[in-house]
Amino acid sequence: MAAKKKITKKTAKKKSASKKPRTRKVGEDESNKGKGLKQVALDSIVAVAKMVQKTATGGGLPEMVMPQRNLSNVTYDKKTGYFELGDNYKTRKLDVNSVKTFAQTLRLMSLAQDMVGDADFATKREAYYVSKNWGEAKFNEQRESDSVLDDIEGMFSLKGVTRETLRFVPEEHGGSVVGALTVIDKDPETGDPIRSDCAAMGSGAYTVPSSVDHLGFETTAEFIIAIETGGMFQRLNHHRYWRTANCILVEMGGVPTRATRRFVRRLSEGLKLPVYAFVDCDPYGMCNIYRTLKVGSGASAHINAKFCVPNASYMGVTPQDILDFGLEDATHPLLPVDIKRAKDALKNDPFFQAYPAWKKTLKQMLTMGVRAEQQAFAKWGLNFVIEEYLPVKIKNAKKFLP
Amino acid sequence: MRVESIHRKGQNHPVAATKHLTAEQMAKNQKEISVSEFFAKNRHLLGFDNKQKALLTTIKEAVDNSLDACEEAGIAPDLLIEIHQVEEDRFRVVIEDNGPGIVKEQIQNIFGKLLYGSKFHSRRQSRGQQGIGISAALLYAQMTTGKGAKIISKTTRGKPQSLTLQMDSAKNKPMITKEAVLKEWHLKHGTRFEVELEATYKRGLRSVDDYIKQTAVSNPHATLHYLTPDDEEPRIYERAVKVVPDRPAEIKPHPYGVELGELIRMLRETNSRWLVGFLQEEFCRVGRKKALEIIKEAGLGEKSYPTRIAREEADALYRSIQKTKISAPPTTCLSPIGEKRITEGLMKETDADFYAVATRPPSVYRGNPFQIEVGIAWAKPGGDQLEVDKRGRIKKTKKRRGTVDTENLLGNADEPVRLLRFANRVPLLSQQSGCGFTKAVTQTSWKSYGLQQPKGSMPLGSAVILVHMASVWVPFTSEAKEAIAPYDEILKEVKRALQDAGRKLGAHIRKDKRVANEFEKRSYIEKYLPHVGIGLQEILGITDEAREEIVETLGDSLETARNI
Ligand SMILES: Nc1ncnc2c1ncn2[C@@H]1O[C@H](COP(=O)(O)OP(=O)(O)O)[C@@H](O)[C@H]1O
Ligand SMILES: [Mg+2]
Repeated sequence: MAAKKKITKKTAKKKSASKKPRTRKVGEDESNKGKGLKQVALDSIVAVAKMVQKTATGGGLPEMVMPQRNLSNVTYDKKTGYFELGDNYKTRKLDVNSVKTFAQTLRLMSLAQDMVGDADFATKREAYYVSKNWGEAKFNEQRESDSVLDDIEGMFSLKGVTRETLRFVPEEHGGSVVGALTVIDKDPETGDPIRSDCAAMGSGAYTVPSSVDHLGFETTAEFIIAIETGGMFQRLNHHRYWRTANCILVEMGGVPTRATRRFVRRLSEGLKLPVYAFVDCDPYGMCNIYRTLKVGSGASAHINAKFCVPNASYMGVTPQDILDFGLEDATHPLLPVDIKRAKDALKNDPFFQAYPAWKKTLKQMLTMGVRAEQQAFAKWGLNFVIEEYLPVKIKNAKKFLP
Repeated sequence: MRVESIHRKGQNHPVAATKHLTAEQMAKNQKEISVSEFFAKNRHLLGFDNKQKALLTTIKEAVDNSLDACEEAGIAPDLLIEIHQVEEDRFRVVIEDNGPGIVKEQIQNIFGKLLYGSKFHSRRQSRGQQGIGISAALLYAQMTTGKGAKIISKTTRGKPQSLTLQMDSAKNKPMITKEAVLKEWHLKHGTRFEVELEATYKRGLRSVDDYIKQTAVSNPHATLHYLTPDDEEPRIYERAVKVVPDRPAEIKPHPYGVELGELIRMLRETNSRWLVGFLQEEFCRVGRKKALEIIKEAGLGEKSYPTRIAREEADALYRSIQKTKISAPPTTCLSPIGEKRITEGLMKETDADFYAVATRPPSVYRGNPFQIEVGIAWAKPGGDQLEVDKRGRIKKTKKRRGTVDTENLLGNADEPVRLLRFANRVPLLSQQSGCGFTKAVTQTSWKSYGLQQPKGSMPLGSAVILVHMASVWVPFTSEAKEAIAPYDEILKEVKRALQDAGRKLGAHIRKDKRVANEFEKRSYIEKYLPHVGIGLQEILGITDEAREEIVETLGDSLETARNI
């Protein structure tokens, strides 16, 4: 890190065009190449159907087994770096109560089988509409089809197959990206590479697509800042902070989507870049946004292995920042929901329980009884955050919360 | 009131202009008030308060008499009831029965004299009991139309007599206006009563239609032919059972059931010479030992002359009776309808899905034996019926539809249950809210028997609750005989009977719900199981036959797993 920083400083001082920062590259994700994972997905679908057929013909009642997806069924190990699925499973045996969902599960698997075969995809909403052609077995609400999709994904997750592998994509696009990064996509028709320079987006930004495993990257950046709010992202982009600091800025817009998490993960892993989270100083920012970015969530425990960023660290805003940067009179009192969230995290969340530093931080916030937003630095001038806060913090990146 | 005879001439004398009257002046206005004059003023007490009720009461009195007479003679009743409209609010009513008939000499008294009857003094269960009924109908008719009644009656041995009667209402005496012996009549024995009266004919609750229908329920051994002014052909309520109920035995009064005034009258009218004999002769459940015990307690002599017992002594005797322990009266005098007949009566006249009945053992209130029976007819909300066959499969069967005029008895599922009240098989149509039976129903907790029930109200449901009280003396709250007085003993018995029947209903409703639930589950399975097949077929590319076979095997496995 120190060496890299020197290079950056030198470059900045001499403003020499000949001294380019080192460029790192990473191609398409291995799992996305060839037939590998696709074949696993197809085999898994057939295996489930064969099991149902065999049990039925034998006069039995078939059952589907899937992991339970909640916080009480995850474990956290610092070495692994993300929430791992525990050993609790739910069994869906064919009976009166399950027959409809059972049928719907098989029919959605059949849809997935077609899509994997034809290299087509369906948004979750489209999958819901496809069911409208199933007569009695149709879904009445998208909530129901989403839940069945999650179940299918859960069933297959042990084999590394995700919803994306099955060609079901979410509606929502991922976050916005700017900075010293080139994204190499593929033309879905011709297969030709398409390069997007995230430093050439003007006042706009590159948008993370709903699936990212086929993307390649090139960068000269030294770190990534994952930002909670669009407002802060705009300010840093407007003042070209990414150029000054030689970094990549990612706007998460609240809890990051799967695609955003996977995107940041691939950047951080493939390009060996540290990720600094910059969120509001409140229990939601820490316990939901940051925690999910870093180790995943209970509900998506079956996919955390790929969809989180274990080497992210928490830059701020911390309760200590409120004191160090004189933000006391720019805070708000914690609401009862905030207090509950923080206490729940201390009590039930394996991630926070694993780090004394985090426990201390949450307790400190509870004692102070206040929260502070990223924008609170504006109290000292609109660009205080760029000129003072970020440089001071990043100098001590090793001290960031884990 | 167009008829001369009801004017009370004495009362209309101009009174002296002075403010105060002397005893002599007052004496001019004091005279006997005849029963018929009393009736003219108080006809609402007897059920003639308005034109609609007048029609009902007239028919009711005649039908009750006909049924009583048939039963007493052991004849299966065949009744003809006709209502003909003569003018806007004038109707001619005919009631004809195949009863024993009435001997010629009695006809005029029975129909033309108030308070003349055979049932008042008898301690036997019967429909009529005040002896006021049928002649009041004649009097009302005469007062409103000026015409008397025409009676034809034939006994097995006698000739068919035809009489046209009026009543001298001042003297309470019959007047025969026409009299003839008919050459022939279509009945071997029986009585026909025909009268024209001012009335209104309406359908619906508390109508004559309602009364006839309920009578058919409580008298499944009777056949009724009923012609309304709206119909061309009579509606026929066919008998469901052939056997005529046994003639109830007559019993002497029980000492507990006699009030002081009645005791004094009995003492005055007895043929017994000695008090000890009087008590044994005139009362049931009193032997020599009990009689002596009562007399001793009263401080009287066993050989006192009953006819000479003074007011104070009678009082002592009355109090002594209350203090002495006397066993309950015999109950052989009661003729309940019977569980089978109640069920048959209800089945005949209601289109229900379930019937429950309960009979209480005979009990006693104030010395009067009585017995309570309850029947419930319940129709499943929605109408479709589910049946479980031997193989455990559930089938939907269509609802029976049919018998005449069924719409009245069973209401909708969200309406209060219909309460049918009967006293000695006579339907009680009015004053439901003031009736002891109603009180017993509303005080019963129907929620535990599967019916909804707003607090303190009738339960809700497409159902009929029948309550019958058989007694030698039914405690009506008024002369109109429309509501039962809520004696504690009676309330208690009615409630128990309701609970007995209610428990059966509750068990049925619960089972019914289970079956409906199961049916729903099975239809649910049948709906979605084929899609399991489709999913498998799509994924594995199996044949249609293979798919159908899988679906069928799965269906069987599911049914075995569930088995009802
Ligand atoms: N249709 C009839 N057939 C034979 N007897 C009758 C008939 N109607 C009335 N009676 C006789 O006339 C009596 C008087 O009838 P009613 O005035 O109605 O008084 P109640 O019915 O209360 O005795 C009855 O007790 C019965 O003996
Ligand atoms: Mg009578």
